[in-house]
Amino acid sequence: MRRRTFVISLASWLVSTTSLTRARVIHGSIPWSPFPDSAPEIVRPGPWQFFTLDEARAMEAIVDRIIPPDPETPGGKDAGCAVFIDRQLRGPYGSNQGLYRLGPFGKGTKEQGAQSELTHAELYRKALAALDGHCKSTQGGKSFAELGASEQDDMLRKIESGEIKFETVDAQGFFSALLKDVPEGFFSDPIHGGNRDMVGWKMIGFPGIRYDYRDWVHRHNERYPYPPVSIAGRADWTPKSRA
Amino acid sequence: MARKLPRKDVVIIGLGWTGAIMAYELAEAGLDVIAIERGPWRNTATDFPPGYAADELRFRIRHELFLRPGQTTFTFRNKASQTALPIRNWGAFMPPNGVGGGGVHWNAETWRFLPSDFVLKTHLTERYGAGFLPEDMTIQDWAVTYDELEPHYDKFEYLCGTSGQAGNIKGTIMEGGNPFEGPRSRPYPNPPQDQPFSHTLFAKAARDLGYKPFPQPSGNMSRPYQNPLGVRLGPCTYCGFCEWFGCGNYSKASPQTTILPALIRNSNFSARDNSEVTRIDLDSSGKRATGVTFVDTAGDEWEQPADLVVLSAYTIFNVQLLLLSGIGKAYDPSANTGVVGRNFTHQTVSDVVSFFDSAKFIFNPFIASGAIGMCIDEFNGDNFDHAAHGFVGGGYVGQVQTNGRPIETTPVPPGTPLWGAEWKQAVKENYQSATKPGTGVHGSMYSYRDVYVDLDPTYKDRFSRPLVRITMDFHDNEIKQNKFLTDKFAEIFEAMGAKQVHKEYRKAPYDITKYQTTHLCGGAIMGSDPNTSALNRYLQNWDVPNLFVLGASAFPQNAGYNPTGTVAALAYWAADAIRTKYLKNPGQLINA
Ligand SMILES: Cc1cc2nc3c(=O)[nH]c(=O)nc-3n(C[C@H](O)[C@H](O)[C@H](O)COP(=O)(O)OP(=O)(O)OC[C@H]3O[C@@H](n4cnc5c(N)ncnc54)[C@H](O)[C@@H]3O)c2cc1C
Ligand code: SF4
Repeated sequence: MRRRTFVISLASWLVSTTSLTRARVIHGSIPWSPFPDSAPEIVRPGPWQFFTLDEARAMEAIVDRIIPPDPETPGGKDAGCAVFIDRQLRGPYGSNQGLYRLGPFGKGTKEQGAQSELTHAELYRKALAALDGHCKSTQGGKSFAELGASEQDDMLRKIESGEIKFETVDAQGFFSALLKDVPEGFFSDPIHGGNRDMVGWKMIGFPGIRYDYRDWVHRHNERYPYPPVSIAGRADWTPKSRA
Repeated sequence: MARKLPRKDVVIIGLGWTGAIMAYELAEAGLDVIAIERGPWRNTATDFPPGYAADELRFRIRHELFLRPGQTTFTFRNKASQTALPIRNWGAFMPPNGVGGGGVHWNAETWRFLPSDFVLKTHLTERYGAGFLPEDMTIQDWAVTYDELEPHYDKFEYLCGTSGQAGNIKGTIMEGGNPFEGPRSRPYPNPPQDQPFSHTLFAKAARDLGYKPFPQPSGNMSRPYQNPLGVRLGPCTYCGFCEWFGCGNYSKASPQTTILPALIRNSNFSARDNSEVTRIDLDSSGKRATGVTFVDTAGDEWEQPADLVVLSAYTIFNVQLLLLSGIGKAYDPSANTGVVGRNFTHQTVSDVVSFFDSAKFIFNPFIASGAIGMCIDEFNGDNFDHAAHGFVGGGYVGQVQTNGRPIETTPVPPGTPLWGAEWKQAVKENYQSATKPGTGVHGSMYSYRDVYVDLDPTYKDRFSRPLVRITMDFHDNEIKQNKFLTDKFAEIFEAMGAKQVHKEYRKAPYDITKYQTTHLCGGAIMGSDPNTSALNRYLQNWDVPNLFVLGASAFPQNAGYNPTGTVAALAYWAADAIRTKYLKNPGQLINA
């Protein structure tokens, strides 16, 4: 039995004519396949899959301003937030798979929700290009990644407030996407490429997927003592290869 | 051309909670039953094993177990004067998909409605006078009473192994339970779950303020349990990955863990998954259903003939299939005629997020279950005198904190920047010592003339069928109710010693992007008059008597509780009527 990847299993609920999921008649006993049908795909380190090198540099700078490093905890960059977003944009999230994408695209009220024609991948691509263009024309030819931390903060604040607008794409919409996607990269399970070494979880004291707290539910106002566990386990459980 | 399948006694549309209950009851009665389900079969062992079920990104953020809006969605507007636009990604609610329906990823908060909820219009009019109700409010009595439903509530709670403390057994008020509940015939099958720290603090503060706190009734097992169908559930481990997730421990009541293993052994039951019913077929008189038409994932169209059709596709899909099949007259708000789409309601929930001294309080918020919490019911329904307040309705409030999952539940005090060093520091400082209930204020939403569903004139689904259009806004009554409840709720957190209490009121206009609950109600309501209801008191359709429509679509208006206890009780009630009345004499059970 072949294990399907996360990407394919996502695609498989999209009931479509090319679907891998076949309708079945179920009768007599519960259908059961001997191996999990939809185990997650584990993101591995490696080259960028969605971002170009320039985009990746800008993104690593951005995620480090959204979640800056401090003496105890790494920032967004070292936590892998840009890698997380890279893999997400390459996957079903990037292509808005499964979302409703038919027109017409009206403007609508805030209460009616986002009506953009752009996919998440297109939004990032356009916004990063616009950011780069904006920086080069206003910062003496420097790209965003080349600016100092406080200049970067200043620029992000102006995008957030709407003071800086891009011609090609909604700059504030891009910033809202960042405010969702970067913390997701910091706090989601490390199998998705962010939260490297579970740094986000260690920072707050979240034990990950330990799954059984029956012996702790009545221990009130006591700090839970065990370190976090990811879906992929813990680094110290993995045998080190012998040099 | 649809290919025709062999005739069945019963075809069930949708194999969620109500479909599974009805399938079991009718298969037990000896009928040949087939269920047709839009999504895939879902199985605890293979679909949500503990090794990877606890993936917040995949299940909570990316909605893996839910319907994809690309399959079908709805359009939304606040008022009839606006153009409705499609819900492109889920927000205010999230429809299920697949065998088990919402029962797979619900929290299992298992409530009964108040006796007065079933006679709401009569009760409120008698107590406050007809003039007290807002003019455009269209609330109605249910045509079934609490006492009639009591045995069916009981049956569902024993099916699920509900953990809880009874508050009223046959009229005797029980210490530690909810003193406002209707009389129940016996205690819950299981004792309440253990409560984490913040939940017990909340209960103490509430008690000190003179309220009667009690543990929320929960379909998360407080101990191992074998239900009356012989299916076993294991004890809940308080894993904190419950709502939005399937339970890998077989500890949460769901169709998978309570009914399906018993149902599937019935030789006269079968199911088809990955098959979406597109229409209920009628004969030439339009008064009799002949079966259903569905499309499978290969795009092939099939016809399933049957003598009895059970529509159990969830509130809004029930309404959609009635409208698309031309069953019953569509509601027209301007003329105030028609019944299908009328009295559609949702919910009025809000929250209070509280920040405590991090040197003194460690809450371990990740130790939690789907339905865990301590609640008070003093402000629900008509449990208090509304005369001075100028609104009707209410809700329960509680420290129902179901998780400390860090993408969703890392609250920071209001005024904190949304990013940067200050935000990071605030996240770190408050994670262990803040409380953030999921739906701390769980309020009713009553029905109005201008809140309804119909078919959208512009937008279509992947089969080119019109999307259902939702026209919905909050009215002053609901906004006042929510303010009142939220303020009362906040007082309890202040009494707990919070240093900062932040009230997140529910405000108008109704916002489709802000999650409330997936507790949509109404649209095909039950009643005693076919001019103002689509179904009679047995959930039998007034126009097509061999069609029964299950689910919260039957609620004339929403109450201040989660719906599923009542949805399931109504399903058992309808099943009982089919078994004891309809099968003997298949036809209209009530003469209008
Ligand atoms: C995240 C979440 C948390 C919840 N928590 C609670 C809670 O704590 N307490 C509570 O009381 N309630 C809760 N609910 C609500 C609860 O899930 C529903 O009340 C309950 O599942 C309704 O049962 P049903 O049988 O009417 O519909 P469902 O369980 O939704 O089942 C309907 C089934 O029909 C299928 N279907 C739909 N259309 C078609 C079609 N055209 N053809 C074939 N099949 C179709 C669907 O795929 C689905 O499987 C929650 C819901 C959600 C989403
Ligand atoms: S909290 Fe309990 S019932 Fe819910 S998923 Fe975890 S173990 Fe299962």
